[in-house]
Amino acid sequence: MVEINGHLVKWEEGMTVKRLLEIMNYTFPMIIVRVNGEAVNKEEWDTYPVPRGAKVQALHQIAGG
Amino acid sequence: MESAVNRFKQSRKVLAEYTYEPAALVRGYTGKTLFVDLSTGLIKSKEVTRTMKDIFIGGRGFGLWYLWQAVNPQTKWNDPENEIIISSGPVGGITQYPGAGKSLVVTLSPLTNSVIDSNVGGHFGPYLKFSGWDALEIYGKSDKDVFIIIDGDSGKVTIEEAVLDTTACHLISEILTEAFAHSESDKKNISVVSAGSGADHTLIGILNFSFYDPHRKVVRLKQAGRGGTGTVFRDKKLRALVVRFSGLKAKSNNPADFERIVAAGKRINREIRELDDVQNRMRQVGTASLLTVMNDYDLLPVHNFQYGSHVDGPKISTEVFRSRFTQNVFDGCWHGCTLSCCKAVDGFELKTGPFKGEKVVVDGPEYENAAGLGSNCGIFDPDCIIEANFYCDTYGIDTISTGTLVAFIMECYERGIINKEITGGLELNFGNKEAFMELIHQMGRGEGFGKIAGLGVRRMKKIFSEQYGADSNFLQDIGMEAKGLEYSQYLSKESLAQQGGYGLANKGPQHDEAWLIFMDMVNKQLPTFEDKAEALHYFPMFRTWFGLQGLCKLPWNDIEPEDNKQTDEPAKVPAHVQNYVDIYNGVTGQNIDKDELILQSERVYNFQRVFNLRMGFGTRKDDAVPYRSLGPVTVEEYESRAERYDSQLKELGLNVEEMSTGEKLKALRKHREEMYEKLVDVVYQRRGWTKNGIPRLETLRRLGIDFPEVVAVVEKHL
Repeated sequence: MVEINGHLVKWEEGMTVKRLLEIMNYTFPMIIVRVNGEAVNKEEWDTYPVPRGAKVQALHQIAGG
Repeated sequence: MESAVNRFKQSRKVLAEYTYEPAALVRGYTGKTLFVDLSTGLIKSKEVTRTMKDIFIGGRGFGLWYLWQAVNPQTKWNDPENEIIISSGPVGGITQYPGAGKSLVVTLSPLTNSVIDSNVGGHFGPYLKFSGWDALEIYGKSDKDVFIIIDGDSGKVTIEEAVLDTTACHLISEILTEAFAHSESDKKNISVVSAGSGADHTLIGILNFSFYDPHRKVVRLKQAGRGGTGTVFRDKKLRALVVRFSGLKAKSNNPADFERIVAAGKRINREIRELDDVQNRMRQVGTASLLTVMNDYDLLPVHNFQYGSHVDGPKISTEVFRSRFTQNVFDGCWHGCTLSCCKAVDGFELKTGPFKGEKVVVDGPEYENAAGLGSNCGIFDPDCIIEANFYCDTYGIDTISTGTLVAFIMECYERGIINKEITGGLELNFGNKEAFMELIHQMGRGEGFGKIAGLGVRRMKKIFSEQYGADSNFLQDIGMEAKGLEYSQYLSKESLAQQGGYGLANKGPQHDEAWLIFMDMVNKQLPTFEDKAEALHYFPMFRTWFGLQGLCKLPWNDIEPEDNKQTDEPAKVPAHVQNYVDIYNGVTGQNIDKDELILQSERVYNFQRVFNLRMGFGTRKDDAVPYRSLGPVTVEEYESRAERYDSQLKELGLNVEEMSTGEKLKALRKHREEMYEKLVDVVYQRRGWTKNGIPRLETLRRLGIDFPEVVAVVEKHL
């Protein structure tokens, strides 16, 4: 499993940040991602691996309305 | 059009006149308020006192202070003593920083019977100020339809009667702009405030504030939408307000430190230029940027807030509306607003109603309109949403309340609580576009079931239970209003903080106080009650500040600096908070910091809470919310998100496998209602209020609003 914003998600072999965000349907354009505390730039989401047991924070920069 | 303009001009008759020397602006203030008594025809100038500037700042604060003086606890919205106050604020009218042209409207609301404030764009507020008036205070009632004309160029105010051939706001604004402009290039110097026929026939009437769009060569409208301000306006027999001011300059506000304002403006304008296209695309789609996101995150209200997304959501997505909005034109509702978000659909051919077949410019739809008039009513047709948006505006009824009350009616219709006999033949199922549009036309005309609908959700709940035998408890659960005001268009079920954001809002459930759904529900940045309470202190106070200054909220966080993510508190957008400190100090010559900024708001916010108390509500029981804002009311709502709710019950130690859906609903409800009450406790404590929601005397003293008449109101409740 991996944890993202407090939700547990089944880990997949070769899981990337992009794949994890797809599973969560996180489509908002302004998200800051940290994997085990390390910031991951948007350009790296395609390839950046999410290890089994990782704790991921996807901070949506929105306070709209 | 020409004949209507001529008839208006030829029929003008001055009933009262006042001439004045427009006061020079000093650091954002003129120091004068224009007082008009429609009962007697008295027009006079009032001094703006030092206390007003120090404690109430301007805008909404001035409105609250004047209204407090005018009314007593027995005053009703349609008494002559009820006033409409329009004021911008000291920063309002600057052109170097985006979003600085707002007007604040304050009055007693026909929906809530207490204070309502509404923040609106267009040019009226700044032109009023540059014409010599920090505020316009309208008292009394006329016995015939009248206009108030403020000529800031010649220094003359008149109350007039005249023939106006229409009650449609888009035409009223056009006719009056034509009538008072000396030439095409002069039209930009005119701003009109009008209410339409819907304000005569409903309690959700709005005020349309105009500005002339020189690119399209049309008059555009922005709406003071919430709480029935237009209904009060028409009750006073006001047809329209007109202001003309033709001397706008970069330094019209006569600021103390112009360069400081310019520097802040340069910073944010660069961000907008470089980052808006990769952030929220406000210049392309305005607040409709939220539509796709809300549907994806299960937050878009669907079928009277039952659900948060719909398979047809993509039919009314951000991209769909982007394709309808005219691109690459300046769409700012005040000069210098580079965020330019008031998008419009040009050349839209109407299919229904009195203007059927005509091609019009439609202001919007913004997010609230598309969600309220769209998904919440089961309408997933962008053309129908645009059409409904146009007619709501020109009839002068609130798109947000309309969306929420029609959604309520549709659910009642589908559940058999009301039927075709009651609706006068309208088959008001979710998604029935023809019936939906006809109901809006009926509200505009004051006919048929539209007269009932226009009373709002709270009164309909009473009518449906008393006259048609509906279960009043069920209606209370599904009728999305609090304090008498209809909810705005976000699903709050999964965000406790947002439930408080709506339920604890002074004027009723409008999201302009706090919008915490993502921080709370998605980002999980507010894990404890104390975290949520802190957010429900800071953000409502911070957002209140915009309404004191004549500012728009959107440039605060709908564009963000590139390095915002590296700051300690990105949700507050610290660099932009500093910009606001800079432009306030730049205009007024004061030296506040970000903490004093919050204090300015806290004073006015607490004063408004006490004002509610004075008008008979404002205690804990009035912060109660319909259960649908907290969780699923019906079996089908629960089962549509069963996995989510089941897992929450499991976390509470319940064995869901052995429970029926009814039992699970009951258990979840008990839990969520307890959570809400606990949140209320913690927020009250953070705000310095008692357990019954009353500001403590020490809170009033700390804020410097312990005036004898304020203390007297509070002491009755302690």
